[in-house]
Amino acid sequence: MSALFELVDFGVQIGTRRGTAHIVNGVDWRVQAGETLAIVGESGSGKSMSVLAATGLVPSPPARFSGQALFRERDLLTMEDRERRRVRGRHIGFVFQEPMTSLNPLLTIGRQMTEAPRQHLDMPSGEARDKAADLLNLVGIPEAAQRLDAYPHQLSGGMRQRVMIAMALMCDPEVLIADEPTTALDVTTQAQILDLVTRLQSQFGMAVVWITHDLGVVADFADQVAVMYAGRIVELAPTSALYRTPGHPYTRGLLDARPRLGETEAELATIPGVPPDPRRLPPGCSFWPRCPYREDPRCETEVPPLREVAPGHLVRSFYSITQRAPRDQEA
Amino acid sequence: MTGVPGSGAPLLEAIDLQVHFPVGGGSLGRGRAFVRAVDGVSFTIERGQTLGLVGESGSGKSTIGLSLLGLVRPTGGRVRLDGEDVDFGRSSLQRLRARTTMVFQDPNASLNPRRSVAASVREPLEIHGLHRGSAARRARVEELLDLVGLSGRFAERYPHELSGGQRQRVGIARALACEPELIILDEPVSSLDVSVQSQIMNLLRRLQGELGLTYLFIAHDLAAVEYMSHRVLVMYLGRIVETATRESLYRSPRHPYTKALLSAIPSAEPGETSAARLLLEGDIPSPISPPSGCRFRTRCPWAIAACAETDPHLEAAGSDGEVACIRADEIAAGAPAALAGTSGA
Repeated sequence: MSALFELVDFGVQIGTRRGTAHIVNGVDWRVQAGETLAIVGESGSGKSMSVLAATGLVPSPPARFSGQALFRERDLLTMEDRERRRVRGRHIGFVFQEPMTSLNPLLTIGRQMTEAPRQHLDMPSGEARDKAADLLNLVGIPEAAQRLDAYPHQLSGGMRQRVMIAMALMCDPEVLIADEPTTALDVTTQAQILDLVTRLQSQFGMAVVWITHDLGVVADFADQVAVMYAGRIVELAPTSALYRTPGHPYTRGLLDARPRLGETEAELATIPGVPPDPRRLPPGCSFWPRCPYREDPRCETEVPPLREVAPGHLVRSFYSITQRAPRDQEA
Repeated sequence: MTGVPGSGAPLLEAIDLQVHFPVGGGSLGRGRAFVRAVDGVSFTIERGQTLGLVGESGSGKSTIGLSLLGLVRPTGGRVRLDGEDVDFGRSSLQRLRARTTMVFQDPNASLNPRRSVAASVREPLEIHGLHRGSAARRARVEELLDLVGLSGRFAERYPHELSGGQRQRVGIARALACEPELIILDEPVSSLDVSVQSQIMNLLRRLQGELGLTYLFIAHDLAAVEYMSHRVLVMYLGRIVETATRESLYRSPRHPYTKALLSAIPSAEPGETSAARLLLEGDIPSPISPPSGCRFRTRCPWAIAACAETDPHLEAAGSDGEVACIRADEIAAGAPAALAGTSGA
């Protein structure tokens, strides 16, 4: 079955004065209608860049792209600019981390919400306003119709993020891309937003691509998780498999580094060192310099392949750590 | 460390602390409104311990941290450090800030980009006239960098050459420079990557053990607060709603707001979230005109008519805690019905 939205061997390079930065390297994933794919990684892992570049939100030049970004089997990268903008506006909705910087402070909420459907669907403005009010209502904003005339500064952070979500849904997108949408929010608001998106997804059957640095946020909510490190996917698995049997040393490191409720005695696990400079990636596994498990001599010189260790569970490694207890291995 | 060992007195005591900010409002100061960011808050921090302070944006938790250092002036109440009143006058502030320092959330914004690491760490020594002489200062800077796990080769680097975690280590080295007794940690890890957060938390706990430091740990990440704190204080809209030891707060939260906070923590593993997740509706109300009675009642699933009339006071609860809720006993005895507003997750 062909995927709704799919990256194939996707890469992003940016030329700098001190060499070419390999920001995203050979990324493959696919997402179907009604599914949620979480893309998890730390700063600089390429998680946001891979998705934003694939949807045409990263200017080229300076960036160069390779591979394919297929929406309904059509490559967004080779499309005419105009066409790509149409597909994006019409079929892909975006929610970003900072609602204050993604909303225009000078325009009312209603004006901003109705812009896309008027442009992409030729929706009459009265109808667009009604739809905007309906969606604001749906995302839990009280007195939705009056709020259309409000300006962003008149709303709280949680409200603004709801407005962003409602706005992303204006053209009934098939894919919703959420880039750290709850990172700037309080935990109770975050719980509200997660609950809201889950509800909307089951109602509209969208595919959701959820980009986050926090493995905890997506545990309950994603179908699949892709963990990125230094621009590559190091592990891609059904969510429960990823948490129960993490196969990559980096995934395991991330899971162990988080404090767990009720466990306050032991030191937290850490991952020593820092990620590599994307202009000078190591020749082999990018995680090799920091890896507590490394043992295969090939790790240093060859990029490990993504191996399927269980159905749908891919790990970029020459060997399996799944059965090994990490603490015995850490010197 | 100075102080009176074994005196048993808390290192820091805040008594009915208030910070009200005037906002906009009428001509010639008439009809002026106030943001009651901190509205009558009392607590103590025991020597060598960590008090965790949690609450959402707008709860006043950061304002408390700033006011303890006189970075915003309290408009009411008292602060006592080691049994002595702090009057926030010039000389008193200087003494206070040698004994109490602060680590901020964003090490990017709190370090001067034009100063090297060594210059940043040296600055508090210069201000307070400690370790006089360039050789002594250089040695002290090196010692401080070593203490926070940065080798001497970082001394001549600039903030933009460092990672987020390294910058936060510099922030901690600065805070340690004058051998403080109390460090106010205002969201010290929340802008860092997960794997770096754990490094910084380990470092802070190690330093506490080695140097006998006392911390006020302000954060919104409840798992981090549990890991770091001995006692926890939960704030909502300028007031304390609950305080307890770490164990009892996390095991048996009493205030409805604490319950909601704990149930909003994303589970570490799929399927771990409790079936009856307590999901709050709406947003924190404006601190300019907080709701009458209990400030949490507008979002509380247990609120009844009496909650609008009674301003609940902190009352003893459990062996070593306090809670401000008129229905706390009822709720603890088995949640009464009327769970309107709760939704399954």
